[in-house]
Amino acid sequence: MIERNLVEKSPVALTKEDFVSDQMVKWCPGCGAHAILAAVEKVFPQIGYKKENFVFVSGIGCSSRFPYYVNTYGFHGIHGRALAIASGVKLANPKLSVWVATGDGDSMAIGGNHFIHTIRRNIDLNVLLFNNQIYGLTKGQYSPTTPMGTVTKTSPYGTIEHPFVTAGLVMGAQGTFFARVPDNNISLMTEMMQEAAMHDGTSVVEILQNCIIFADKTHADVVSREVKDERQLILKHGQPMIFGKNNDKGIILDGTKLRVVKIGENGITVDKLMVHDQFSNDPGIHRMLGRMMPPEFPVAMGVIRSSKSNTYDQLFENQIKKAKEKAKYKKMDDLLNSEDTWEI
Amino acid sequence: MTKKSQIIELEDVVVKFVGDSGDGMQLTGTLFSDVAAQSGNDLATFPDFPAEIRAPQNTLAGVSGFQVHLGKRKIFTSGDLCDVLVVMNPASLKTNLKWVKPGATIIADETAFDDAAIEKAGYTTNPLKDGSLSSYNLISAPITLLTKESMVGLDIDKKSAERTKNMFVLGMMFFLFQKEIDKTLDFIAKKFADKEKLVIANQAAIKAGYNYVETVEYIKSTYRISAAPLPKGRYRSITGNIATAWGFLAASERSGRPLFLGSYPITPATEILMELSKHKSLGARVFQAEDEIAGICSAIGASFSGNLALTTTSGPGLSLKSEAMGLAVITELPLVVVNVQRAGPSTGMPTKSEQSDLMQALFGRNGECPMVVMAASSPANCFYNAYYAAKISLEHMTPVILLTDGYIGFGSELFRIPKTSDLPEIKTRLAKPTNGETKFKPYQRDEKTLAREWAIPGMEGLRHRIGGLEKTNVDGIVSTDPHNHELMVELREEKVNRIADYIPEQEVVGEDSGDVLVVGWGGTEGALKSTVMNMQKDGHKISLAHFSFIKPFPKNTQKIFSKFKKIIVCELNKGQLVNYLRMTFPEFKYHQYNKVQGIPFHLNELTEVFTKLIKE
Repeated sequence: MIERNLVEKSPVALTKEDFVSDQMVKWCPGCGAHAILAAVEKVFPQIGYKKENFVFVSGIGCSSRFPYYVNTYGFHGIHGRALAIASGVKLANPKLSVWVATGDGDSMAIGGNHFIHTIRRNIDLNVLLFNNQIYGLTKGQYSPTTPMGTVTKTSPYGTIEHPFVTAGLVMGAQGTFFARVPDNNISLMTEMMQEAAMHDGTSVVEILQNCIIFADKTHADVVSREVKDERQLILKHGQPMIFGKNNDKGIILDGTKLRVVKIGENGITVDKLMVHDQFSNDPGIHRMLGRMMPPEFPVAMGVIRSSKSNTYDQLFENQIKKAKEKAKYKKMDDLLNSEDTWEI
Repeated sequence: MTKKSQIIELEDVVVKFVGDSGDGMQLTGTLFSDVAAQSGNDLATFPDFPAEIRAPQNTLAGVSGFQVHLGKRKIFTSGDLCDVLVVMNPASLKTNLKWVKPGATIIADETAFDDAAIEKAGYTTNPLKDGSLSSYNLISAPITLLTKESMVGLDIDKKSAERTKNMFVLGMMFFLFQKEIDKTLDFIAKKFADKEKLVIANQAAIKAGYNYVETVEYIKSTYRISAAPLPKGRYRSITGNIATAWGFLAASERSGRPLFLGSYPITPATEILMELSKHKSLGARVFQAEDEIAGICSAIGASFSGNLALTTTSGPGLSLKSEAMGLAVITELPLVVVNVQRAGPSTGMPTKSEQSDLMQALFGRNGECPMVVMAASSPANCFYNAYYAAKISLEHMTPVILLTDGYIGFGSELFRIPKTSDLPEIKTRLAKPTNGETKFKPYQRDEKTLAREWAIPGMEGLRHRIGGLEKTNVDGIVSTDPHNHELMVELREEKVNRIADYIPEQEVVGEDSGDVLVVGWGGTEGALKSTVMNMQKDGHKISLAHFSFIKPFPKNTQKIFSKFKKIIVCELNKGQLVNYLRMTFPEFKYHQYNKVQGIPFHLNELTEVFTKLIKE
């Protein structure tokens, strides 16, 4: 039996004020990051851990200024390495609730190696991935998620790279938790942060974030008020996959592929639609859901995958605990005098 | 045991076992050394193996060796040229004859010198028979054949029988050097406890080799090396890499901070990672990361979380860790980076040793980025340097680079076992949790050391944020203020320099004034010390200052230098310490002797260089 690493709860109820920092927030007005900060300040008191047990770790980029703006223990690292640093924070003390603020470039370009290996290990970290499809802090160069053909400062003729779909990368790396939210839906965002906090293992919450200066409206075809109902499928565990302004569209599995159908047409009824199972260990459907994109499909939001698996930090602690119980050497002096020694 | 007509008393002897990679020479050498050590000899060993795991059989590339230097006096190095060379095939002879003293004893397995193997080694005739070795004391015995014969009637298959030829040789060596075989027989019984046949075969081979030398008439003399006058105490044999790992474990226990290692396998440093992985029962938290960068970054995260954090690597890995070392410098967190140096640049010669990363350790980072730089001087000394590196790092809230090298990392020597409670105390700078009304100031400093306090997540009332951006002194607010930056640069440098007030003064081997001061650092100590002490015996006014602390230098460094007519700095690089000394103490003139061949200094060459310098 693997024991869970539990974080100590706060003996008193906490409020947003407990997490508001005294630092001036220096993101551009209108930046999607403000909403993420507001969501964190709202959700941390609800999670209920002692305020000293939260740690925020980041890399480099606009997203990565986050630790300065929230009143927790915070560590602002170097470019791409947030997950490696956070892994050390968590493994040194598994009773901490460790959060990572990172961007598309920080996590999937320079930090790509740490991203896949942290996810593969399933260390209990909560990753808020600000995906604005651009390098903002260096003023507008294309990132690994910039759509093909986009003109940026380093792609004046349009990009010629196939972008990563974050969900695909997470699940390809055997991720156990992936959720996606737009930056203009705060209630869904706080709900996803709660879910991430409750999940044992590496939780990746991809936030479709707007960069008002260098990639304005990059997610508009999915998140804008006018199209969101038609272009977003908000997944709920155990519920049929329905979307559309009039809740008249759904997703079915047609052979080996997903297909959008209209309820009431061609004999389609609600009970023929797929029902979301976020806890399924088989990532097959989760992968397909994660990769859905307009114009053919709506974009899946909410928890796409949340499967149970042992976490690295639990196994790590258990090995140490067991080794101590069975210890041949309990103290350094035992080791120094072990095996072949002789007196002169 | 005394049937032989002649027993020759020796002061010291260098023995080298060489064979094919699969011949078990490392084990043979280790077992021989263990027995010698337990009989009271002082010794130092060095394995010499190729980077390839199993090169094709009988090729020059596949030769693997193990050298041991034992004596009835203090032994400082694993020896230059050998007195006894044991060769298990022609390729071993071919590659090692150049490391043999004139007139040395060569023990060869005649059976292995067949036409194919002779040709593969590049010989045109059989060197055992063509007279080319006539100036040596050649003991040519059909070792493989005799081993197989010794198994007759024991129900051992041919292949297993043949594979115990290394134990036959070991038996021969035990008789030649008048050593007991009982302990090795016990060891074999334990090692193969669940494989009865292997116990029988190996024990039979050892006994057969032993009896062979006793019986055959053409081996006329045996050797005796009496016990060395070592200080009283309990001893064991230890390699530098194991000693490094243990030094950190001891520091963890003494400081009360759990040990965390984030590391990635790299020759010749991997053994430290492997060793610490074994000791979870002592609380070692070991994380094999996906790369060198994740190794150090996870260690930095663990340090932020309050662990005694380490990362271990070799040169190329140190290059990859450069940016993260800067992060540890600016966040002023304790961290020890171990670099087991190897010959570079790039991949270079991974199994060969060099001292060519000193400049990198001192300066190889962006910005004004001072780190403490220390160097271990011998296998057993790695224990104390690792311990001390951790102590300084924790007490002064600074990252430390500890340089060792492949030569001392793989090499072994006798280690007088200390009591953990006798090691110097380690006082960490842990902050005191508060009721939350005061605000933690991350860069508030101790007046004397300039070290900040260490507040770790989970502690009440001390939430704060640090990171790679420049911060204001005391309060730790992100700042680009020009004067604050200059102040912080100076404080970080001064903090490291003030460590000179807390480390031992530099010792001098010999008189503290004279004609020549030899200066060295790190793994060359054995060779330099032996040479200098020999020359002192011959009446020369020569002394040695061998440095463990390079940044900062011990406080009395300048004073020592001023007492000698000439200073010569000896290094296994192109002159890295000497150039650093020219920068730091420009008032002195420095001679230099350098070698970059992936091999240690030899006593002969050093004696020649120093003698010439004295005469000049």
